[in-house]
Amino acid sequence: MSTTIIETKSALDTALRPAAEAGKQSSLEVTDYDNRQTVGAITVDHPKMVCRNVNVYYGAKQALRNVGIDIGANQVIAFIGPSGCGKSTFLRCLNRMNDTIVTCRVTGQLKLDDEDIYAPVIDVVQLRARIGMVFQKPNPFPKSIYENVAYGPRIHGMVNTKAELDELVRASLERAGLLKEVDKRMNDPGTSLSGGQQQRLCIARAIAVNPEVILMDEPCSALDPIATAKIEELIDELRENYTIVIVTHSMQQAARVSQRTAYFHLGDLIEVGETDQIFTNPKHKLTEDYITGRFG
Amino acid sequence: MQSFLLLTLILLSIGGYYLGRNRAFAVAGGQIRHLHSLPSFYGSYTALWCGLPALIVFAVWATLQPSVIIDLVVSGMPPELRNLPPDQLNLVVNDLKNLVSGNIVSSTPDAAMLDAANRYHNLQLIGNVSLWVVILTLAIAGAAYAWRAISPSLRARNRVEQVVNLLLILSSTVAIFTTIGIVLSVLFESILFFRKVPITEFLFGTQWSPQTALRADQVGSSGAFGSVPLFAGTLLISGIAMVVAVPIGLMAALFLSEYATPKFRAVAKPALEILAGIPTVVYGFFAALTVAPLIREIGAAMGLHVASESALAAGLVMGIMIIPFVSSLSDDVINAVPQSMRDGSYALGATKSETITRVLLPAALPGIVGSILLAVSRAIGETMIVVMAAGLSANLTANPLEAVTTVTVQIVTLLTGDQEFDSPKTLAAFALGLMLFVVTLILNIIALHVVRKYREQYE
Ligand SMILES: Nc1ncnc2c1ncn2[C@@H]1O[C@H](COP(=O)(O)OP(=O)(O)OP(=O)(O)O)[C@@H](O)[C@H]1O
Ligand SMILES: [Mg+2]
Repeated sequence: MSTTIIETKSALDTALRPAAEAGKQSSLEVTDYDNRQTVGAITVDHPKMVCRNVNVYYGAKQALRNVGIDIGANQVIAFIGPSGCGKSTFLRCLNRMNDTIVTCRVTGQLKLDDEDIYAPVIDVVQLRARIGMVFQKPNPFPKSIYENVAYGPRIHGMVNTKAELDELVRASLERAGLLKEVDKRMNDPGTSLSGGQQQRLCIARAIAVNPEVILMDEPCSALDPIATAKIEELIDELRENYTIVIVTHSMQQAARVSQRTAYFHLGDLIEVGETDQIFTNPKHKLTEDYITGRFG
Repeated sequence: MQSFLLLTLILLSIGGYYLGRNRAFAVAGGQIRHLHSLPSFYGSYTALWCGLPALIVFAVWATLQPSVIIDLVVSGMPPELRNLPPDQLNLVVNDLKNLVSGNIVSSTPDAAMLDAANRYHNLQLIGNVSLWVVILTLAIAGAAYAWRAISPSLRARNRVEQVVNLLLILSSTVAIFTTIGIVLSVLFESILFFRKVPITEFLFGTQWSPQTALRADQVGSSGAFGSVPLFAGTLLISGIAMVVAVPIGLMAALFLSEYATPKFRAVAKPALEILAGIPTVVYGFFAALTVAPLIREIGAAMGLHVASESALAAGLVMGIMIIPFVSSLSDDVINAVPQSMRDGSYALGATKSETITRVLLPAALPGIVGSILLAVSRAIGETMIVVMAAGLSANLTANPLEAVTTVTVQIVTLLTGDQEFDSPKTLAAFALGLMLFVVTLILNIIALHVVRKYREQYE
């Protein structure tokens, strides 16, 4: 890598910024708009996932630049930022869902428990079983509620008998807080549920394969406040057993459910920190503007 | 003569359009927003008034004129001609027409005939001239009426739209009435047939030899009209075709929608659809000249007896012909499964094949079934390949190596050549057609039903 450090004001030039800088922390109190380096502590004591120098390209277009961040075990970390800044893109790097996009290219290091998830030896199918995902729009399969949850365990051969499968399906629905509502209608199509119920079904479906990390991309954006509250409650409970990454546009939601928050802006990771600190005492001008509603 | 009149009418209507439009500008004092409708609607309004009534009268007149003239001429003929029995009178009238138009006549014309021909000619002239006068008057009167009626408050757009609406309704009913007409005509002929041959024999008889005697004392004077061998043959050949088309078509669809690169798909899909565009008679050649001999040789090498015209050859080629029906439609429905379903499955750690077999195929199944049923309808209706490759003998057999025949092929053979139109042999074709229609109709209804259900799938 080049050794010259270019102090530049244009966003275009920051793309050429040496990778070595990415992990550095700034010592300034409140960083200026022009600083595109990540502010705040990107490392944690017990990281579940470690990401360094992650660049993502869609064809020739770069969507993420030199993102470096740790994701702490049994923590909820929230990704916030204006639309199009690359939150979903980064989230999809974490379970290699970007592999399904032909034009997408990912460089840099992403580790799950010290294992490089982009290493050739890694089986992406097993990886995704360890890192589950819940999408913005509830997307239950056009199958029965039972079959939706049983899908993952079946393909991974997690159970041997029908009784075990029943047990697992019920446990997953219970943990997703949905069992009471669907106990009597397990064989109804998953699409017959309400939006909030569908989203909890998708969460149940994800936790049925017993992942270590759950990625959630705006899981509540299609839901009303009551359904949202239920899911937030659920996220808080799930934290005990899982590591959770949530993308959200709601500052309040980030404040309510997460322990750490990362603010993205136009393809750069601008600031990372304890959620309390980010929302009360942001260190970067851009973050401050965003959370005070002056921008985004 | 009459086509000139039509052309004049069109020109008049175009003129009416501009007159009406200019008139609208004039009454609005150049301020279009004072008008209820845009000026072009006033133009169309005038053009419609000019052209439509005239056109309707024209159509009625043109259909009635010939018969009216003939009636007049016949009533003016000498009584010995006038009182001939109807079929002979018809001959006379035909002669008359030929005489007038200068064609060859069956007998040398006598004085009475020449006289009648003259009168015919005159009447025709009078008729045509008065047609011109009436039509032009109507057109001009219509345009004048509309022109006068134009005022800023005239709801020209609504009127024009009403006419267009009517036109749309008429067009949409054409297909319906044609279908009804076809069904009724086939139905009546079938009823005639079932008077001569009991319906139970037709439906359940296993002998098909539609020979009827020309003379009462002829040997083998009565035929057999059991349609079972024909439907069995149809079933056998269609079955073979589906065995070929469904797996190949489905796999092609899966490859195109899930595995192929977009570039490859853009080339391969239209190329596959070309298969459906090859004339069936060409497939027939291929089946009769290439596939059938090949099958016979292979069969001979394996010690099997294969007829030179076999159900297998026809079925195989027909299967290839309908591959694109299955693959193209199935590809569309598999593609229509939302990306979020695939994402959901991949995110749970499913492999591509698991995603296809457990999520995509079940979700697309109704659409796939629909495409298969459409292909079946196509296979059942196919005639040319069977005529050329499967033969004409109505064997009741399940052995694909023997010659069989199908319903459509029999219909063709029953109706080609000179036939009496009321013999059971010809009428049988209509009964077969009716049965076939009912069968394909049922298949289509099922297909439509399934496809409709599929539409509601992800809502
Ligand atoms: N499949 C794709 N092909 C090409 N470009 C893409 C693709 N997906 C995303 N991008 C681009 O990458 C950038 C980041 O997109 P991303 O979806 O990650 O944004 P986001 O932060 O999730 O936004 P939002 O909050 O609106 O969901 C955008 O500029 C977007 O146009
Ligand atoms: Mg997004």
